[in-house]
Amino acid sequence: MDSTISDQQSRVPLRSTATEGLKIVVVGGFGVGKTTLVRSVSEIRPLSTEEIMTQAGAGVDDNSGATGKYTTTVAFDFGRISLDEELVLYLFGAPGQERFWFLWDRLFAGTLGAVVLVDTRRIEDSWYAIDRLEHHGTPFIVARNNFPGSTRDLAAVREALSLADDVPLIDCDARDRNSAKRVLITLVNRLYALTSARETL
Amino acid sequence: MIRRELEGEDPDRLYTVTRGRSRADNDDLDLVTLIVSKAEPVPGMQSEHARILQICRSPTAVVEISAELGLPVSVVKILLSDMLAANQISSRNPSATRAGAAQLPDAAFLRKVLVGLHNL
Repeated sequence: MDSTISDQQSRVPLRSTATEGLKIVVVGGFGVGKTTLVRSVSEIRPLSTEEIMTQAGAGVDDNSGATGKYTTTVAFDFGRISLDEELVLYLFGAPGQERFWFLWDRLFAGTLGAVVLVDTRRIEDSWYAIDRLEHHGTPFIVARNNFPGSTRDLAAVREALSLADDVPLIDCDARDRNSAKRVLITLVNRLYALTSARETL
Repeated sequence: MIRRELEGEDPDRLYTVTRGRSRADNDDLDLVTLIVSKAEPVPGMQSEHARILQICRSPTAVVEISAELGLPVSVVKILLSDMLAANQISSRNPSATRAGAAQLPDAAFLRKVLVGLHNL
């Protein structure tokens, strides 16, 4: 490995009492601010890693040859929040495009929920992600990252996304820690509402 | 989506690291399973194993190990699966959300998450 000593020193270790990792996924198109949002609330500098897409799952064109299954990878980044002595929340920034969803079950089964980050200038980027989250039964909320000049009101955004009335839709500024924090709290409140509804049945 | 050729990553190297396997024996390893070392690196050990033992002196998630080593997640899972079998590491698996996407965690658990987020 070619990591330097300074690399290792920059690692921020978890508490020794950490026992339970949780996942929340931030999905959105290229440049919508996924990594920015992760960075705003993460206790570590966001890290990047990759997973191999196999020919079986991905339909990689050229898979001839013995090492064909190693031709393509999907990269994603993540940050981390220690919630208490035991719970550690991992936040993943995931590209929303079609090919990525082949990896969803392998990487994100058991995800608490998802945030769909929307740029209203490219709202159509979000349609597929919402469709896939519904397909996987993953609870989600939608957050509009407020770029300068995005003036559409949220009701119009809801309509453009064909979003059900009960799915929370909020504005956010992905660069702002408190705003990013509010996005996460909105998602967990949504989960809480879904759970409470089920438990009172 | 970032799709690219594996830059500077010799496929033969990945093959060697995993001794030719493409899947881990242990399916329980999740991206956020926390790994803790139970042993110290020893001379002659496979270098990736030695790195993992160093990194996991404090609990470290599978995905962080993957980022640290610069190896794909599934390759890291194969390494960890071997090390679990050899009793060199222990794993702390996520419990609350493991049952799959269709299963919500209970309210008491979510309250703990909310408290943690509010305290940020």
